[in-house]
Amino acid sequence: MAERLSPLEPVLRPGSRGQFENGVGVVLSEIAPGSIIQLAAWPGQEKAIIAAIKKVTGLALPDGAGGGVANGQKAAFGFAPAKFIVVDEAESISEALTKAVSPEVGTVTDLSHGRTAIRISGAKAAWVLAKFFAIDFSLVAFPVGAGRSTVHHDIFAQIQRSAPDQFDVYVFRSFARSFWHALCRASEEVGYEVR
Amino acid sequence: MLITCPYCGPRDVSEFTYQGDGNRERPAPASQNLDAWNEYVYDRLNPAGDHNEVWQHSGGCRSHLRVVRNTLTHEISSVVFARGHVPHRSPSRRGAKA
Repeated sequence: MAERLSPLEPVLRPGSRGQFENGVGVVLSEIAPGSIIQLAAWPGQEKAIIAAIKKVTGLALPDGAGGGVANGQKAAFGFAPAKFIVVDEAESISEALTKAVSPEVGTVTDLSHGRTAIRISGAKAAWVLAKFFAIDFSLVAFPVGAGRSTVHHDIFAQIQRSAPDQFDVYVFRSFARSFWHALCRASEEVGYEVR
Repeated sequence: MLITCPYCGPRDVSEFTYQGDGNRERPAPASQNLDAWNEYVYDRLNPAGDHNEVWQHSGGCRSHLRVVRNTLTHEISSVVFARGHVPHRSPSRRGAKA
């Protein structure tokens, strides 16, 4: 597969910035997983797709809208009816999923080069993201592992809560640099560290 | 105005795109019934009250939705996925006359 270049490379500068005198409120980083795969089930085939994800990745997706699971190495979540995102550190998972999902069940689309994954973690992560997205970031409404589809102006985002104060935001790679700039500006007031 | 998407839950109206009147029925593509086409393109009920509408959650799960919205109060009394739901059609103005 072609070598992947990060759209954030020219602007991602590690270090602490903003008002971090009393500690950083958020840590921003690009997680650059090996695979970002979208799966879509034909009507009535959702259970078969969930079973295929379990077979290939070992991740058991909970039932229900936006249900998901993340274990550090791999993650999966629903982001629309009968549609799922699977993320893996390994690059080869696309082939395994394609084998596990027959054309009668659904489709597998490799988005590894099409999305940029940005991780925002820390005590103020929900506070900063709430400036962008009009969704409920409380732990009750948005539990760990769950996924949400939302939008900041024209920047579509799929967000997974991978820990109580950690969110992984998947944006189109062509919007990633612009979103990164905005995210840094929004994080200045709480102090942020880029890793 | 909030619309409660059946998948995503309550979301701000800015995430949604209005896709038009949910009462109209598109004639078959080959239809030469000009009255039916005229009704589809131009005739609207314009009610002061509950109105059947089609919306898309374009800034979210991208589902197409059938919404009943009160045009006086913006109260939304029903939201269902468009897929799998036969639309409830009100008689058109032209149809009511006939």
